[in-house]
Amino acid sequence: MDKETKTKIHLFFRRLFKRKLVMLAAILVLFFILTAIFAPLLTPYEPNKQDLTAILQKPSASHWLGTDEAGRDVLTRIFYGARTSLIIGVVSVLISAVAGVTLGLVSAYYGGLLNTVISRFIDVLMSLPSLMLALALGLVFGHSIGSLMIILGISTIPTYTRMMSAQVLSVKNQDYITAERVAGARNSRILISHILPNCFSPILVLLTSNIGMTILAESSLSFLGMGINPPTASWGAMVSAGCSKLLLNPVYGIAPGICVCLLVYGFNVLGDGLRDVLDPRLRGSL
Amino acid sequence: MGRYIAKRFGQAAIVLLLVSLFTYLLLYMMPGDPVYAMLGGDITREQYDIAYAKMHLGDPLLLRYVRWLFDFVTGEWGNSFKYSEPVRQIIAVRLPVTMYLGVWSIIISTLAGILFGVICGTKRGKAADSVIITCANFGAVMPAFWLAVLGMYIFSLKLGWLPTHGFTMPSEDLGLSIQQSILPLIALSVGGIGGTTRQMRSGMLDVVRQDYIRTARSKGLKESQVIWRHAFRNAVLPVVTLTGMSFRNVVAGAVSIEQVFGIAGMGSLLINSILSKDIAVVQSCIMIISIVVVMSNLLVDILYGILDARIRVE
Amino acid sequence: MEHFLEVKNLRVSFTGDIQKSIAVDDVSYYAEPGEVVCFVGESGSGKSVTQLAALQLLPVPPAVIEGGEVWLEGVNIMQYKADSPQMRAVRGGEVGMIFQEPMTSLNPVKTIGVQIMESVILHLKCSREKARERALELLGQVGIPDAAARLNDFPYQFSGGMRQRIMIAIALAASPKVIVADEPTTALDVTTQAQILDLLTSLAAKNNTALILITHNLGIVARYAQRIYVMYAGKIVEEGPAEKIFGHTAHPYTKGLLQAVPRLDDQNRRLVPIDGIGPSPGKRLTGCQFRNRCRYSSEKCCEEQALREIGGGQRSACIWSYEELKEQEKEGAEDERKETEEFGENVLEVKDLRVTYPLRKGILNRKAGELTIIDGISFSIRKGETLGLVGESGCGKTTTAKAILKLLEGTSGRVLLNGRDILPLREKEFRSQRKNIQMIFQDPFSSLDPRKPVEELVGEPLLIHKLVKDRAEYDRRVDELFCLVGLEPSMKNRVAHEFSGGQRQRVGIARALAAAPDIIICDEPVSALDVSIQAQIINLLEDLQQRLKLTFLFIAHDLSVVKHISHRVAVMYLGNIVEISDSEELYAKARHPYTKALLNAVPIPDPAIEQERERRMLPGEVPSVMKRPAGCCFCDRCELSDERCRKEKPELVWDGKKHGTACFQIT
Repeated sequence: MDKETKTKIHLFFRRLFKRKLVMLAAILVLFFILTAIFAPLLTPYEPNKQDLTAILQKPSASHWLGTDEAGRDVLTRIFYGARTSLIIGVVSVLISAVAGVTLGLVSAYYGGLLNTVISRFIDVLMSLPSLMLALALGLVFGHSIGSLMIILGISTIPTYTRMMSAQVLSVKNQDYITAERVAGARNSRILISHILPNCFSPILVLLTSNIGMTILAESSLSFLGMGINPPTASWGAMVSAGCSKLLLNPVYGIAPGICVCLLVYGFNVLGDGLRDVLDPRLRGSL
Repeated sequence: MGRYIAKRFGQAAIVLLLVSLFTYLLLYMMPGDPVYAMLGGDITREQYDIAYAKMHLGDPLLLRYVRWLFDFVTGEWGNSFKYSEPVRQIIAVRLPVTMYLGVWSIIISTLAGILFGVICGTKRGKAADSVIITCANFGAVMPAFWLAVLGMYIFSLKLGWLPTHGFTMPSEDLGLSIQQSILPLIALSVGGIGGTTRQMRSGMLDVVRQDYIRTARSKGLKESQVIWRHAFRNAVLPVVTLTGMSFRNVVAGAVSIEQVFGIAGMGSLLINSILSKDIAVVQSCIMIISIVVVMSNLLVDILYGILDARIRVE
Repeated sequence: MEHFLEVKNLRVSFTGDIQKSIAVDDVSYYAEPGEVVCFVGESGSGKSVTQLAALQLLPVPPAVIEGGEVWLEGVNIMQYKADSPQMRAVRGGEVGMIFQEPMTSLNPVKTIGVQIMESVILHLKCSREKARERALELLGQVGIPDAAARLNDFPYQFSGGMRQRIMIAIALAASPKVIVADEPTTALDVTTQAQILDLLTSLAAKNNTALILITHNLGIVARYAQRIYVMYAGKIVEEGPAEKIFGHTAHPYTKGLLQAVPRLDDQNRRLVPIDGIGPSPGKRLTGCQFRNRCRYSSEKCCEEQALREIGGGQRSACIWSYEELKEQEKEGAEDERKETEEFGENVLEVKDLRVTYPLRKGILNRKAGELTIIDGISFSIRKGETLGLVGESGCGKTTTAKAILKLLEGTSGRVLLNGRDILPLREKEFRSQRKNIQMIFQDPFSSLDPRKPVEELVGEPLLIHKLVKDRAEYDRRVDELFCLVGLEPSMKNRVAHEFSGGQRQRVGIARALAAAPDIIICDEPVSALDVSIQAQIINLLEDLQQRLKLTFLFIAHDLSVVKHISHRVAVMYLGNIVEISDSEELYAKARHPYTKALLNAVPIPDPAIEQERERRMLPGEVPSVMKRPAGCCFCDRCELSDERCRKEKPELVWDGKKHGTACFQIT
């Protein structure tokens, strides 16, 4: 990496973290990532090991957030729940980004019948409540972690496709793309080396905030019992289980929800921060 | 305007047609035998054969789909094996409950969101702006089910102010209905308020930079007149679109909130029938919810066309 | 105060992310009733900011008014707050404003009636009925036909010129004593520009209103101004009566501007560009702001220069007097352009080119009809020649360029490139030939990929068409191209935004040259640039043509520029070529009524000539292609048109070999 790139990256982060809130969000997200990675080191308990002698205890020195109905440590399960949330969030966002971006790119650049077909498909996805779609797809795909990723991925495809086609349509009519055609460049070259890089910023912004939104959707599915199969720890399922035990250990039902809020908030603010820095009006300063 | 509406109607019809196709195919994409999916596992061989014949499983798929669609349009939605009742009757009872909560939630979140957004937009960088936008950002990401659980814990279990479960339509018992609606409505609306506030704020910030706002100022209008007469209407247009989309989110919220508060609405019907694989109910639920969502989008599009003359000629 | 409106020592700064920048630096001026005062300067000179600041219309922050007084009828209105009742009574009441962008300056969701009446009610405190009457009267004054019916229309239902008339109506609503017009016609076509400015000045004269006109166009200044303020980098560098500024130019910057603009009455003059670029607002120089671009600068210029009286009401901020500058002027500064009148074979021949656009209907997008955009045009360009294609917006000049470059569907006719018809070729077959026909774009900001180093952009055609053998040859060729267009090869790794507008345009030219094309299509290559930079690029194109025997199709809306650079000129109107001729002859002996009107509308930057010129206004506006008249496309605006013109379409009739005119009334 040469010196110029280094200063550019430095400048980028300085701009990004100029707003303290964005800095805070980044720390929040980083915190959850670290707990997810180092979960086994942070706690003496096993996430799925039942202890029937310690059922639904209130918070104490040995169990900081108490225990659940099977005597498992709530804090430990929150750490492992972060793993579930982040893995599902990131992977399904990547799945939907790849699919959505490709669809948007192709439909907007080539237009015509292909565009009509893809747009109608996206219209359908857009007009259905994504949770309902995910529930319905759950009937088809089942509830393994892999199928959950695909289900959640499919339901956010429209955001990428819409954004990409809007982006491509605006970029496509820019003079520098016409200049490429005049120079004799092939469509594939124009798409990959000129249009795609110029759509990179909005994709990155959307990607970031969609991770948050997918984590939110995953927790909703888990809450409804349609998420990842037990006993794997998941924040939504914990709220669901804790919901009926509020009088015995209120922390059990409420703490995981706070984690959802914080993590999703973190991703959203980070996305906003990225958008401010990568804003088209400031484009080129990166 | 007539052509604009006709075009939007056509698009909505296409979407609904595709949704119906997807919904119908759901039965065949599910693992397992479609007859068991329709009637549940507890049936005799005889019942199976009758059902098999009745479902015309020997016919081509397209024919079966057309027949099913015709049945649906004429109100013949089949029976639920779980409730042992015609699906139409179940939905007739449950749809009004969700609609009642949903419409109120949309009204609340739109009005509150617009109000907060305008405050933010006009007081940019001041304390009120920072406080509201931070709350809105959190509100937009709070899971509705968690808000419901939290609200139930604080206001019902700890303070005992509000009932924990159930729902009554206002026509039956207005007082009880209001008490029972407060928590579900809050849980259902917070996300919408947050989203609308964010949209309205950025809309205002965007609009006040426009040339025509400078023109308005150069006429000698008061700042408040500039905001309300010239900025507001332009900034509120994107919010109108957002409101159309918010029916989708309301459905999503309703599913989990109805579970928490034990409300017998469309959301809990959908999730329960999915859990028990009561496919006839699932199909009807999806169709009805989609129709409501698509129609509300259509309504909003038309409203948009009325508010902004440019759209009509596009 | 001795003057009706007097601004004293106005200073405005902007607080940016990183630094504070000074936009207006100690500016003083005045205006009297019935007077037309022009502010002239290039972008970033602070001419608009000055006017907005005087009326406290700048957004605070980021703008800060650091000091100054604004006296209006003996009251210093700077003492009032921006949103105070006194200031609001001034804005719209005493002072009306007209802005540059008619397309965005009106509220899109309100009818124009409401927007005009709002001002009337606010300042005249009258009833709605009275306000409506006044609005109708105003619309009549500004020349909106059928005013009563159009009161309930929305801005999008009006053309740009019409919207600017509506803006004028709003500005006039309360019969203000001062009107400030900020580049009111920059976004408009030249014939519309003449209509709007004539309207504005005649209304101002009738009502004895002071008119402050902000513009970058020296021709407009010469035609309308009584007094002139020349601004550069936030300061007034020269001021005085119009005939003094043009006839007795005292400041080197003003001199530079006058020599840099091409004029309709130029004869083979080489433009004299101002070197370099202006200082950015954040990095002001000490002393004279112009000294780093000035050919007369000396050490003394580093000291602060105040405006000095030099007689006849003229003031200049230069250390040199008029005579001293005159002495220093280089001998024979205006060198002649070398002309090669010998051209080779036809490189490009266009025969009966038509472009149609399908009109689609319904959900299935069925084709319901066709819109003819280019209605059968023919021309040819010889090797080493520049053919200018000129016309107002919507005449189809850019469409022509795109059709020739095969970037459009729906073309018919013949386009012969080196004798071979390229229109029937499929994209795959044509791709390898694209190297022979290249393009230079209008907007230097959008025509370069913002994410790629410019070296990749310039070198791309070399790689695509495999014109270089290896990396070393590639690097050598790219360096060569950079030198050719006057850029340092060491800058080649930068991305587009790190260059100024003029430099970007040089990059665009280098890219067009890379594949050594037979013909280059220049689509408005200088219209986005400031006057001083424009001259640099025009000179570069002319030099390159001499050295490399280039062939240009030069498309522009600015008649002076086209006439300056082209050997022959074709005038387009509504998708037709109405006249085509040698550029000198076209200017001297225009035949087609439209060409004549167009030439008449272009102001010449010399008040002496402007006063002599007979002015004829072309009525109406260019209709949209959907409403093209059946016969001659110009018949509905032409005073000569008769029955035949409305029924039959005239073909180009040639007088000798060189001058073709498509008009029945010319014999």
